[in-house]
Order: sequence, then C-alpha cells, then structure tokens
Amino acid sequence: MDFTFFLIQALNGVQYGLLLFLIASGLTLIFGIMHVINLAHGAFYMVGAYLVWSLTGVFDSFVVAILAGIVCAAALGWVIERFLVIHLYNRDHLDQVLLTYGLILVLNEVQRMMFGSDVHGVAVPSMVAASIPLTDTLSYPVYRLVLAGVCLALAFAMYWIIQRTRLGMWIRAGAANREMTASLGIDIRRLNALVFAAGTALAAFAGMIAAPLSSVYPGMGDNVIIISFVVVVIGGIGSVKGAFLGALAIGLTDTFGRVLLPEMSSVMVYALMAAVLLWKPNGLFARA
Amino acid sequence: MTTFKTSFSRHAAIKAAMAFGVGLGLMSPATAADPVKVGLMLPYSGTYAALGEAITNGFNLAVEESGGKLGGRDIATVKLDDESDPGKAVQNANKMIKGENVDLLVGTVHSGVAMGMVRAVKDSGTLMIIPNAGAGPATGQLCSENVFRTSFTNWQPAYPMGDVAYDKGYRNVVTMTWKYGAGEEAVAGFKEGFTKRGGKIVQEIYVPFPNVEFQANLTEIASLKPDAVFVFFAGGGAVKFVKDYAAAGLKDSVPLLGSGFLTDGTLQAQGADAEGILTTLHYADGLDDPKDKAFRAAYKAKFGKEADIYAVQGYDTAQLFRAGLDAVGGDLTRKDDLIKAMEGATIDSPRGDFTISAAHNPVQDIYLREVRDGQNVVVGIAAKALNDPATGCKMAGN
Repeated sequence: MDFTFFLIQALNGVQYGLLLFLIASGLTLIFGIMHVINLAHGAFYMVGAYLVWSLTGVFDSFVVAILAGIVCAAALGWVIERFLVIHLYNRDHLDQVLLTYGLILVLNEVQRMMFGSDVHGVAVPSMVAASIPLTDTLSYPVYRLVLAGVCLALAFAMYWIIQRTRLGMWIRAGAANREMTASLGIDIRRLNALVFAAGTALAAFAGMIAAPLSSVYPGMGDNVIIISFVVVVIGGIGSVKGAFLGALAIGLTDTFGRVLLPEMSSVMVYALMAAVLLWKPNGLFARA
Repeated sequence: MTTFKTSFSRHAAIKAAMAFGVGLGLMSPATAADPVKVGLMLPYSGTYAALGEAITNGFNLAVEESGGKLGGRDIATVKLDDESDPGKAVQNANKMIKGENVDLLVGTVHSGVAMGMVRAVKDSGTLMIIPNAGAGPATGQLCSENVFRTSFTNWQPAYPMGDVAYDKGYRNVVTMTWKYGAGEEAVAGFKEGFTKRGGKIVQEIYVPFPNVEFQANLTEIASLKPDAVFVFFAGGGAVKFVKDYAAAGLKDSVPLLGSGFLTDGTLQAQGADAEGILTTLHYADGLDDPKDKAFRAAYKAKFGKEADIYAVQGYDTAQLFRAGLDAVGGDLTRKDDLIKAMEGATIDSPRGDFTISAAHNPVQDIYLREVRDGQNVVVGIAAKALNDPATGCKMAGN
C-alpha cells in the first residue's frame, strides 16, 4: 500500500467511524444516559430510512423530507415513551429487553405491511451528488464528506448540550438519581420523554441520512444494532466523548483490518472491544 | 426476525383442522379425495421476504393454471416462515414433515437453511424441491433421490462469466463477495471458467456477511487497477455495492461483472448506477419466448407486480411436481415412479425449456444480460444447456 492509498484508507476509516457515531448517538442517550436497554434502536434507524424514502416522494426535497421525518420520529419516540417505556424505569433490565425486542417485531411487521418487501433507493441530493477525483481510478463521493461534516457537527452539539447547558445538567442529574432530581422540582417525567424522543429522532435521522448510501430494505436495522452497542460499550456507558472516540477507533480498525488482515476482518472490531474492556472494564470514558 | 411465524402456524392449524378435523388427519390414511399437502418453508420476513413472496406467488400461479389441481388432486399449502435462520432449519423442517405431514416440502432461499432441510428429509424420505438456494452440496455431495432443485447451483450462473470476461479481453480480474457459502461457490465457479481460459485472478476479496460497508475494499480495487471486477452480491447489499462502485468512480474505469443476482429485483433502487453492467443468469428480460410473455402477463394481472427469477423458480417448482403427479395419476404411494417421472421431465419454463440432471439440478441455458434502461436485457447465451458438475454426487456417478 503506497502512501496515497494509506491516506485514502485513513479517510475511509474516519468517515466510517463518524457514521457509526451518528448511528450509535441515539443509543448513547437512551441506553448510556437513561439506562434503558433499547434493542429497538435499529428498528428506529429503519423507520428513519423508510420515512425519508416515502417523504422524498411527497416533498421532492431531501432536506425537507429529513426535517419532516425528524418530527415524525420524535413524535413516535414520545408516544412510545409515554405509553410503554414509562412503565419500565424501575423494573428489571430483562423487562426492557422484552419490550424493546417486541417493538422490533412490531415495527418490522408494520414496515412490511406499509411498504412491502422490496429494496428501495434514495437518490443522493443533486447538490452534493458529485465525486472528487483522488487518483486516476478512484473518486470520493462528496455526499460522504457532507455526511462526515454533519456527524462532526452533531457530535459537538450533543457534547455541548449535555455537558454545558442547564438542560444537559438536568438530564445527567436525572440519570444519576431520579428521585432526588424530581424532589428538586424538575419535571423528570417530561425530561425522560424528551430524552427518549430525542434518542429516537437521532436513530431515525441516522437512517435518513445514511439512506442514499445504504439503500432502504426490510430488516436493515437489525444489522446496525450490534455495532451500536459495541460503540457505546467501548466508549463507556453514558459518555458522548467516549462513544465518539470509540466509533472512530472501530471505523479505523474495521477499515485497516479489511485491507491488512482480510481473513480476520469480521472479528477485528470485537477483538478491539475485548481488548478495551480488559484494559478498562467500564469502557474508555466511563462515569463512575 | 420472527415476525410472522405465529400467525402462519395458527393459520396452518386452522387450515389443517378444516381439512381433516383436528387429530383425525394424522390417523386416517390419505385417500385420493384428500388434497396433496405442500409445505412452503420460505422466508416471509427479513431481508429475503420479497423472494419468499415471489416464489409462493409463482407456485400458486402454476397450481391455479392447472385448475387448482396437480395430477388430478387438490393442493393444500401450508406456509412457514423459515426466518432465514439456519439454526432453526432442521427444527422447522421437522415441524413440516412430522407435524404437518406434508407430501412435498418446498424450500428455501437461504443456502444454510436449505442444507438443514436436506438433512431433515434425508432421514424422513419426504420429497423436497428447492426453489432457490444454490448450495452446491444439495445436488452434490449430499444429493439424494428425494431432493430436487428448480433453480441453479451457485456455480452455474457464475462459471460462464469466465468465458465472457476472457472473450471481452479481460486478463486480470479482482473478485469480491461476502464470505459465506453462496458467494464463495459463485466466485469459485467464475474462477474455474476464467482461469481455464488463461485469465488471472489478481485478488479475491471477501467481506463479512452481511456487512455492507465497502469503501475500504473499493479503495483497494482502485489501487490494484484490474481489467474488470467480478462480484456476487444480492438484495440490499447488491444495491449498495453497485451504488458505491459508481460513486467511487470505478464504474467508468473498471467494468463490473456479476452473477445475475447483482441486478435482479434491485434495478429500481440502483437506478442509473447499474446501467451497462454485464451479468449471467438462467433468466433475463426481453426473452423472445411466448411462454415467458404469457407467464409475465398472468403474473402481473394476478399480483400487480412484475415477475422475476424467483417467481419463475416457484412456478417451475409446481410444474416439476405436476410432471411427477401426472405420471402416477396423483397416487403418492407410487413414489419411485413419481421420482422417475420428475427425473425425466422437460419443464416448459418461462426461462426456456430445461431438463433435470442425474443429480436433480436443472440443465439449463445461461443468458448473458446487460442492464439497459432499468432492465436486464438478454444480449446472448453465455452457455447452452449447462450442467452443474455435481461434485461428489453418487447419483451422477461422481
């Protein structure tokens, strides 16, 4: 591998890592901060992809479709929190697993009834559909760079909101001690609904923005759920910074693993996770 | 994912109850008045759901065209979602064989699941027809009297592409696929055909199944600069690969070749990025064949969708079974004669006539197709009456 291709592969790795962060960001909120094991995260991702696919048909604009899709997804998350998840905060993790696994089945079946089983594509918005030539045979799609930029902006925004604003302080307080936070006059119920809705919207947003790259098909969420948990666990539960660095580490490991050790590529990511957990059992940036 | 199973088995139970009276069905011997029971064990959920539906539709269409009967007997179908989960394959197959007592087991799409089913019917002796899965051993090492296939082996559509690539003047080719049975067998088929002529495989790239992040490997292909790339992908992965390949600018500099599944049922989603891709398969759009035209028109009228290769395979599954049942007048006790008739059948398929090999796999033409205006247009025949080598099959004398 000459130096140019090494650099391109590094770019691939970083870009993939950023996308992984985006996909896992909603889980960081719901699982990492609210401590709700949300297996339906992947299903929300799929909901987002189908939303943007059907809404681009209505609005004829990718950006408008995404904005409308986010509103729908947040509403879905809010409803699910209000009617289902709210009963689980004080219950066993296994109950959460059962409920959110059930949600996967329901959402997959609703998808099948509404949209059928065909594979669909979402066109890359024409403004960013171009490719930048890197070598004589290889170009880099502009959309992937835009995606990387969006992921970076989102990571920064999440970090800022959670660590630097009053709302973020409430969220962290609520995660640390629900009763105490409530007794200080903070409406913990509304706060939980807000965080869950935001987490759902983030998962759906990831599905929407990844749809032009990944195509839209039944069961697409099942493939992202495991890697999302790996990101959150490597990063340390509840840490946005950790999830960000964990995602980047996974992106780079996966990319270079494929090129340098192709026979091992499917286990590289999990080997990385095992190594990190041996070194730091609570992940890179666990809060005590 | 389990999304459908309960409703299906409940449905099946009700059906069984209506046909026989609960419990009675298992005890009373089948008479000519009873319907022949066909178990459709197919993916009705998940990534392959569309394929399972198409196969079911094709099967039902053929039965309907024979007046709802095959060999003078009514046909009752029982559906079971196999979830494309090889871990549950044997258990699900036994549910059909022992629980439902099916006369014919039809399944499935996923090769791993199909192999589990083959193992289950090997013990029970139940007649089985594979309407899609291309796993070589099913009509190779593990071939057996009661197991037929109406689709292909993974080797079959890929092997002729070796000739096509060489004749196009390509000498150095990179192959890429998922690291799983179907992909590895397809690449091996292409490699055999291509290297036999003197072509060279520069690199074989495998990505973990069902991973769809290809960017690192596309960069690798760009640095290797081969004459062409041969791939095996299907479904959502095929859509993503074709789009990524075009977005990386490789489409214009390194031609993309594939086993036909790369562009089957996926062209609407792939759009312009698929234009010009050459693939080989046992079916194509624009076949000048009255049987195909009639089939497509009937399928579209009934299901409101275009027929695809999976629908054809489902249709031919019923046709092959009909050939057997007709020969014995619907008498399932004459199993040896029924199997003999199926072995000797020439199936009047929408894909063109095919016969059954000694290993029970179709001997069929493989078409060379090019994507033009969103269709897999036939541009020639890549191999005439191609027979799978059926390595290790005793019935084929190997």
